[in-house]
Amino acid sequence: MNKRCLEILESSKKYGWVLEPESKEIMRLCGLATTRFAWLRSPADVEQARGDISFPAIVKVVSPEIMHKSESGGIVTSIMSDDEVAKAFSDLSGLKGFAGIIVEEMASGAEVIIGGKKDPQFGKVVMIGIGGTSVEIYRDVAMRLAPVSHRESMAAIESLRGIELLRGHRGRPRVDLEALAGFFSLFSRSFVGLGDGVESIDLNPVICNGDRMIIADARIIL
Amino acid sequence: MNLKKLIEPKSMAIYGISKSNPEHPANIIFNKNRNHTTARIYCINPAGGEFRGEKLYRNLKEIGEHVDVAVLAIRSEIIPATLLECIEAGVSGAIIISGGFSEAGRFDLQEQIRSIALEHNFPIIGPNGLGVFSMPFINTFFFPDERFVKPLEGNIGLASQSGGIMVDLMIRFTQEQIGLSRALSIGNKAVIDEIDALRFFNSDPRTDVIGIYFEGFEPMRGREFIEELKKTKKPVVLFKAGKTPSSARAISSHTAAIAGDYFIFSEIIKETDAVEVTSEPDFLSACEALSYYGKRKLDSVAIITASGGHGVIASDYFHQLGINVAQLPRHESDELRDMSSVNIQAIASFSNPIDLTGSTTDDDFITAARYALQRDYIDGIFVLFLPFIPKISSALPWKLSRLRAEFDKPIIAYVPYIPKFGVFIEGFEANGIPVTHSIDSATKMFKAIKRNKG
Repeated sequence: MNKRCLEILESSKKYGWVLEPESKEIMRLCGLATTRFAWLRSPADVEQARGDISFPAIVKVVSPEIMHKSESGGIVTSIMSDDEVAKAFSDLSGLKGFAGIIVEEMASGAEVIIGGKKDPQFGKVVMIGIGGTSVEIYRDVAMRLAPVSHRESMAAIESLRGIELLRGHRGRPRVDLEALAGFFSLFSRSFVGLGDGVESIDLNPVICNGDRMIIADARIIL
Repeated sequence: MNLKKLIEPKSMAIYGISKSNPEHPANIIFNKNRNHTTARIYCINPAGGEFRGEKLYRNLKEIGEHVDVAVLAIRSEIIPATLLECIEAGVSGAIIISGGFSEAGRFDLQEQIRSIALEHNFPIIGPNGLGVFSMPFINTFFFPDERFVKPLEGNIGLASQSGGIMVDLMIRFTQEQIGLSRALSIGNKAVIDEIDALRFFNSDPRTDVIGIYFEGFEPMRGREFIEELKKTKKPVVLFKAGKTPSSARAISSHTAAIAGDYFIFSEIIKETDAVEVTSEPDFLSACEALSYYGKRKLDSVAIITASGGHGVIASDYFHQLGINVAQLPRHESDELRDMSSVNIQAIASFSNPIDLTGSTTDDDFITAARYALQRDYIDGIFVLFLPFIPKISSALPWKLSRLRAEFDKPIIAYVPYIPKFGVFIEGFEANGIPVTHSIDSATKMFKAIKRNKG
C-alpha cells in the first residue's frame, strides 16, 4: 500500500473514519479522480488559500465529529466570491469539532454511488448504483464480490433499473459505460488493496460525464 | 473431505439403539435400513445383548470389521468421545442426528466435534439434522415409513440446513412426481456445509441438478460458496431464507445500510448461473424444469393456447421475467393460418401468443407447435392445455411429446389441476414434458432454464 495512504489511515484511526479531504486524497492516490478542492484551516487570506479553485464553488465543513455534513448544515453551495467563502467559514466555524472548510469546484453530470463494504460472510463486496441522497430509498444498486473484473463491472452496471438515466435519457448527460466500468473495477481493486482496516467506503456521489468520472464526496469508515 | 462413504456406505454402525423405546430415532433408522438398504448394519449399545435378532455390539472394537459410516443418535455430551473411538477404529465418517449443540447454546460441544473432524480429516454430516437419504445405500431420515412419502428416484440432489424444510420439499417433490438422487440434511453443519454438498453433487454421476436450502453462511464461507458455484458445471437452485437487517454500526455508511445480508447474497448470485428462488413452489418448479432441460439459451418463446386470456397472462409474466414472446412475422402467421383447420382459420390468432381458440383440434395444436419449434428465433414453447376443450383428445399430450424428441427445444405444459385431468398430466409427464398447474410457475420454469452466463 502507498505510504501516504497508510499514514492517513493510521492517523484517522482515532476518529473511526477518514475526513473527506483525506478520503479523497487516498482515492486520488489509487488513481481515481476527485473534484478539486482547497482545505482552509484558518479564515486568513482566503484568496491565496483557495488557489485556482474557481467559482461557483461549494463549501463543506471538515470535522471529525460530523460525518453527515448536509444533515448538520455543514454545506454551503453556489459560492461566488472570496467574501462568501470567508462568510461560510465563519458561519460553519461554530459546528462541533470544526477543523476548517474545503472549497471545492462544482461538478455536474449524472450521479452514481460507488461503495464497498466488508461483509462477514462474503468478505469485501462493492456496490454501484444510481446515486444521490435518495439511493437508500430507491436501492437501485448492484453488488459484486471485490475485486470485480471489467466485464463483471459492465454486467453490474447494465443490471441497474435506472440504466437509461446514464445513457442520456431525455437530454441528460451521457455516460460512457465502459469508462464507468473501468472506474468501478479500479475502485474494487483499490478497496481490496487498502487492506482489512477499512470497513466501508462511500463515494457518493461520483459525477459522471462522458468518459470522466469524478468523486465529489468520499468517506472511508475504519 | 470425501463424502462418498457417508453417502454410499457398504456398512454402517448405528449408535443409540434402545431396547425399551421403539420410537428412538436410532431404532427407526435401524428399521428403515434393515432389508431396505444395501449397507451391512451393526447396532451399538454399551449394554450389549441382542436387539430384534441382531447382536448389540458394546463398541466398535467388538465388531472387528471396517465400518464405513457411524450414525450417531446419542446424547450430545458423549459424542466427542464416540467420534474419537470411531476415528481410532478407522470409520470413514459420521452422521450425527442428535441435537444439543450450537442450536441449544452448546457452541463449545459443536466446536469440539469440529476440531476433532478437522484434525483427523473425518467428515461429519450434522449434528442436529436428518442425515442422509441415498437409496439404496442408506436412509437416516428417522420418520416411520407410514408417516412419510416414498421419494421417487431421479436426478435432483438436495441439501438443506433445515431438516423440516427438507422433509417438506421431499413430500412436494414426490407429490409432483419429481425424483431425487439423494438428500443431505446438513443440520448445524459443524463440518460439512453447503460448499461440500455442492462439491459432492457436482461430481456425483447420479445428480444432474443441485437444489440447496440454507439460511446463512459461517464467516467467509459465503465467498467460498460463490467461488465454488462458479466452478460448478451442473445447474444449481438456491433458496436462501433469513433476511437479517444490517447491523447498527452499518448505519454510518450508505453502502452498508443498503447491503443487508440477503441483499448481498441476492446480488452476488448474479455473478453465477445459479437460480435464486424465494419460495418452496418456485424451488420445485426450477428444480423440475432443470431436471428435464438443464441450462440453455432461452431468449424467446412461443405461447400456444386454446384460451386468449391464458395467453395474455403468460405474455405478461414472460415480459416481467425478461423473456421475449417473439411476434411471428406477417407472412409466417399467414402461412400457419393456411396450415390450420378451416374452422379456426377465421377466429384463431396466429401471431404470438398463438391462440387456437376453443374450437381447436389435436392437429391444430400439433401443427402450431411444430411450426413454432421450426422457427430459429423461438427457443422453446409453452403449451397452455385446457382439457375441457371439446375437440382435443387425451392422446394430445403424447402427440406433443413426440415433437420434444424431434426438436431439442424445451416444451412446458400448463394443465389446471383437478383429479379428472390426471390422464392429461400423466400423458405429458410420462413422455418427458414437465407440467405445471399455474401459469406463473410455468413462466418461472423457463426463466430457470435460461442461461445467463457464457
